[in-house]
Amino acid sequence: MAAPSSVRLHVVTGKGGTGKTTTATALALALAGEGRRVLLCEVEGRQGVARLLGTEPLPYAEVEVAEGAGGGEVLALAVEPRAALLEYLETFYRLGRAGRALERVGAVDFIAGIAPGLRDVLLIGKVYEAVRRTEADGSPTYDAVVLDAPPTGRITRFLGIGQELAGLAGGGPIAGQATKVAELLRSPATAVHVVTLLEELPVTETAEAVAELEAAGLPVGAVVADRALAPLPGGAGDDAGSAAGALAAAGLPPEQVGALVEQARQHAVRVAAQQAQLAALTALGRPVRQLPALPGAVGVDLEGLYALADLLEGGLP
Amino acid sequence: MSGGAETTETTGTTWAVWDVDALLDDPGTEILVCCGSGGVGKTTTAAALAVRAAERGRRVAVLTVDPARRLAQALGLPAAGDDAAGAPRAVPGVDAAAGGSLDALVLDVRRTLDQLVDAAVSPERAAGIRANPVYESVASSFSGTQEYMAMERLGQLRAAARAGQQPWDLLVVDTPPSRSALDFLDAPQRLSAFLDGRFVRLLSAPARRGGRASARVVSAVAGGLAAAMDRILGARLLRDVESLVSSLDAVFGGFQARAEATYAALADERTAFVVVAAPEPDPLAEAAFFVERLRADGLRLAALVVNRSTVAVPGLGPEAVRSAAASLASAGAAGGEGAGPAAAVLALQAETAERAAREAELVEQVLAGEEPLAVAVVPVRAGDVPDLAALRAVGADLAGARPR
Repeated sequence: MAAPSSVRLHVVTGKGGTGKTTTATALALALAGEGRRVLLCEVEGRQGVARLLGTEPLPYAEVEVAEGAGGGEVLALAVEPRAALLEYLETFYRLGRAGRALERVGAVDFIAGIAPGLRDVLLIGKVYEAVRRTEADGSPTYDAVVLDAPPTGRITRFLGIGQELAGLAGGGPIAGQATKVAELLRSPATAVHVVTLLEELPVTETAEAVAELEAAGLPVGAVVADRALAPLPGGAGDDAGSAAGALAAAGLPPEQVGALVEQARQHAVRVAAQQAQLAALTALGRPVRQLPALPGAVGVDLEGLYALADLLEGGLP
Repeated sequence: MSGGAETTETTGTTWAVWDVDALLDDPGTEILVCCGSGGVGKTTTAAALAVRAAERGRRVAVLTVDPARRLAQALGLPAAGDDAAGAPRAVPGVDAAAGGSLDALVLDVRRTLDQLVDAAVSPERAAGIRANPVYESVASSFSGTQEYMAMERLGQLRAAARAGQQPWDLLVVDTPPSRSALDFLDAPQRLSAFLDGRFVRLLSAPARRGGRASARVVSAVAGGLAAAMDRILGARLLRDVESLVSSLDAVFGGFQARAEATYAALADERTAFVVVAAPEPDPLAEAAFFVERLRADGLRLAALVVNRSTVAVPGLGPEAVRSAAASLASAGAAGGEGAGPAAAVLALQAETAERAAREAELVEQVLAGEEPLAVAVVPVRAGDVPDLAALRAVGADLAGARPR
């Protein structure tokens, strides 16, 4: 396991609805809590980070969204393919006016839309630029970049852009850029973390994603089990029947007592099912981190987010 | 619009409960579209509605998009990628006593696109299109191809039913897990924007018009742009795209007309839309967006389905739990048996009720300020193994039957 500080780019993926954005944001906050300067990127135009933090929608610019202890801070950026393309044209071709002309005739939409391979290289090219950017004294601008990445179903293709583009765009400058990006993604400076719920379908998809990522030579970091349920204290779930007498003595009518006992039993069944899925995740041979289901919460508020960040102290391996 | 004026007893909220059976039994309902963001149980909802409709006597086909392996097994579908997966086949175990039937199929994007190409151009041109390296990329990953092909496949199924080649009187459609759930509706327009885009016209103009003098000015402009594009993308890719775009023109010309006919069918009363969500902020925000869009387009919105909902024991609010816990604590001090587990059971109810109340608030936000919308709440289940029995149970939940 590499020391956390050696990873510069944390890619966070997961099946839709498993808590990918929450985990990416909590990880960025945890790293900032150790005094680091962190950039949190999203690339899918969902504005999930802004919704989570309760801020205005993120622009195509790096804006500070949180401060951590010891001078750490989190900046956030929503990478958008059209803006990334125009910036790319400006930087590499100085195509100021010609770039705008291309936009007027719809070429920018065309390039950004013709194939996700091209779109993806623009998106991840911007993330690559942020990882590699340095200050005047040569020190890196960001200690770490956290990417709220596309879901597991598309992640290997998203990160594997190098080959696809080399085949399609053979020899073009964008293909050259893709090769450099692919080098970073396959190096120990990158870790791809997979977020899952402790349910059969997401766990199966996680196992498939880990196998695919490994086969593509992409470094898998941790597996994060989100919304893990805690068993009832004192084994009360498995032994819910013994509570019935006391509940009746406390003045509850029989039908409510029965329903409460059944609810506790169902909870125990769900906990046991989660434990079985946890065992399946552990068998993948990657470090597994659990994040608890926040009691009574639906979604995650700021308080909950910082609680999760505390649990990710030290980052992810 | 279906839906009674009942209120749900479990949460004390005031939304109308969806009368799903009235919709399914109405022979005027010919297409049912399930939409929503990814990961909310959309495919399962579509399958459960299809099973319920078939067992109530409708002759149903359900078109699924990328079903999870276990759900595909439950529907008797071959594994994804299997050649036969794209063809409709009868779902085993469906109760046909009411005279209904159920066929299921998976959307096969590549095959549907190949069929479009074959139907539109000569075999030689079709072979040329397939040999183009960009075609593979368009077929497998062009943003929106899945949406276009879902629309095309729905059109094919509808045509087969109308021509009497298939017995179906109800098509249940799952939509692709788009980042934006709206892509499904936008497919024909987006395709037309792509083909009619000025840039694509410039690219393909020389090829369309040949070398006539009138085309020279156009070519010069296109040439200048093409030079810039060459520098960015590489010349070979540009050539491949150019040749593909001009040969796909004929293919998508026919597609466009059919997609518009399908869209017209979606827009009339025979089609009902069901918006599926999970009771969390992001999926419900997307659901709200979708509800707004369907209404803006004048489409028939049947209900909002909230999957994996938390349901607490009814009639035991925070006050009642606190008072029961207090009696328990005094009994516990007196050494009452089972007081420990009982306290834990009550704490679980308190937490569950709190969660259920927050979920209900979020659902209320989706409904707020709009005309009434029927809601179906599907409780979270222990274990998530989908088989036919589980799909029937989900169908019963959708119809408002409470499991407890």
